[in-house]
Amino acid sequence: MKKQLRNPGLWLALAITAAFALWPALASNRAYARETSFTILKAVAFAASLNILLGFTGYVSFGHIVFLGLGGYVGFYLMDTFGLHLALAALAGGLSSAILAFLLGKAILRLRGAYFALATIGVNEAMRAFIKNFEPFGGPIGMTLNFGVYRAYGGPDQALWMAYIGTALLTIVVVLVSFLVKTSRFGLGLMAIRENEDAAEVMGVVAPNAKTWAYVLSAVFPGILGVLFFFKNGNIEPRDAFVLHQSIEGIVMVMLGGHGTVLGPILGAAAYQRLRGLLLVSPLFKNIQLAVAGVLLLIIILFIPAGAVGWLRTRFSRLRRVLV
Amino acid sequence: MSQAPILQVQDVSKRFGGLQALAHITFDLPQGEILGLIGPNGAGKTTLFNCINGIYPPEEGRLVFQGQDITGLKPYHIARRGVARTHQIVQPLEELSVLENVMVGSCFGHEQRSLGESEGIADEVLGFVGLVERREQPAASLNVAQKKRLELARALAARPFLLLLDEVLAGLNPTEIAEMVEVVRQIRDRGVTILIIEHVMHALMNVSDRVIVLDYGEQIAEGTPGEVANDPKVIEAYLGDPKLAERLMGEE
Ligand SMILES: Nc1ncnc2c1ncn2[C@@H]1O[C@H](COP(=O)(O)OP(=O)(O)OP(=O)(O)O)[C@@H](O)[C@H]1O
Ligand SMILES: [Mg+2]
Repeated sequence: MKKQLRNPGLWLALAITAAFALWPALASNRAYARETSFTILKAVAFAASLNILLGFTGYVSFGHIVFLGLGGYVGFYLMDTFGLHLALAALAGGLSSAILAFLLGKAILRLRGAYFALATIGVNEAMRAFIKNFEPFGGPIGMTLNFGVYRAYGGPDQALWMAYIGTALLTIVVVLVSFLVKTSRFGLGLMAIRENEDAAEVMGVVAPNAKTWAYVLSAVFPGILGVLFFFKNGNIEPRDAFVLHQSIEGIVMVMLGGHGTVLGPILGAAAYQRLRGLLLVSPLFKNIQLAVAGVLLLIIILFIPAGAVGWLRTRFSRLRRVLV
Repeated sequence: MSQAPILQVQDVSKRFGGLQALAHITFDLPQGEILGLIGPNGAGKTTLFNCINGIYPPEEGRLVFQGQDITGLKPYHIARRGVARTHQIVQPLEELSVLENVMVGSCFGHEQRSLGESEGIADEVLGFVGLVERREQPAASLNVAQKKRLELARALAARPFLLLLDEVLAGLNPTEIAEMVEVVRQIRDRGVTILIIEHVMHALMNVSDRVIVLDYGEQIAEGTPGEVANDPKVIEAYLGDPKLAERLMGEE
């Protein structure tokens, strides 16, 4: 552990994340900067979580957004109905996503390749359909936070800052966990599974368990993130909570930055959000920004399958110590 | 050689659809022995390894390792009990470094070592098989002979009691074969029991204490290398495969 913490790559990744998080404190229009940073941090946390499964373990989850949606719903419900504090609600959201991943893991992680990917889409769609008909969660209309809830945090403005700080801390934790996984014995087992699952099992890696825990880890943080995000939004509905294309955007971010690296998803998420921001204000591209994401994914897979950080690592082997 | 057998294969059968890949295979493997397994292509040798290490359960019969029934256990359970193997078709973890490949063997094999300890073990084993100067390279960048040695290094890093070697000599030149045979002997001298499949007949006959011959899934002969090489049934089996028959006869 001590040796792990001396790795400059960890500190570089944490410093970049912290820079995104602290930027609003220095900006002139703080509320505006906070919204921008919120979007980036949310993308970083989601991409880095997804990377634990996609990058380290080699399983492509096309429906990963289900964990953000489910966690968001559970936390939102607890805050709205029982007035639970945001911090506790966030933990409950993370826990519910973790439980879903654990149960799913036992069932669908036995599938390999495309079959697993398809199953994850099915799970997302099934969950959306279920919640749409689940009256306690507001059915198709969803739920809206009663304004009084924000009063407990010192008013809406304070509440928004609180959600922001929570997201920043969560993102730091995700980056740290992702580094610790990558440099641990558990992570070595995951990477062995990614490279050749049968050979890994022959060497003693208990693949079913390792995959399940990787899935749980990659689900718990999006669950917490969902609560923070929908708390900030003030309302949640099935249409916004289980947006399939956000899963795909997550994959684009991981692939762009470099799957299986710690730094890759951070840079990929930030770069993708920046690009998306530019496209959304461009009259030419604003309606086809998703098509751009698709084309981008295609280009990465065809020309730099290792992503930016992966490419740099192979190109400049001396950078490997810093680019974990 | 009077010790209790480390592995007992009892009446093991396995079919693939209509093909009887293994039929009632039965033998004991004493602790500390090198047992050779030969037979023409498609005889079922690799399939027998796959049954022993849990890739697929045998349809009939029992496998007993160190006195305990291991029939139907998963490969990782069997690995953790101290069985390690190499693959005939090499299975490197391509994007991981040579060192990491070997560390997987040590971390998850039967001693379940920590990362730190595994690095030391991996370096030692890489030195033993002569790959130490390639430790940082991705496994994908090795040539086939080196990948074979990597297979062996990974298996050894687990510090197994029983080692299953599937054609580790295939594709090596005569010098490399001689080196590898020496390596196999040294492994045995460290107390590891070895079951070895090999087509390079003179090397196998040289290194094995005993040999079992499979043909179309049947166990057709068993004995010392000398006995087996002169067994008419064995010669007949190999006549279906003239190239091998020639080799077997030529090197007797
Ligand atoms: N997974 C499988 N599915 C179907 N048939 C198989 C499978 N594995 C092996 N076989 C068949 O079983 C028979 C035995 O194969 P096996 O690989 O055990 O032979 P072998 O003795 O190792 O041969 P070689 O010397 O060529 O390596 C062959 O006819 C092979 O085609
Ligand atoms: Mg074979």
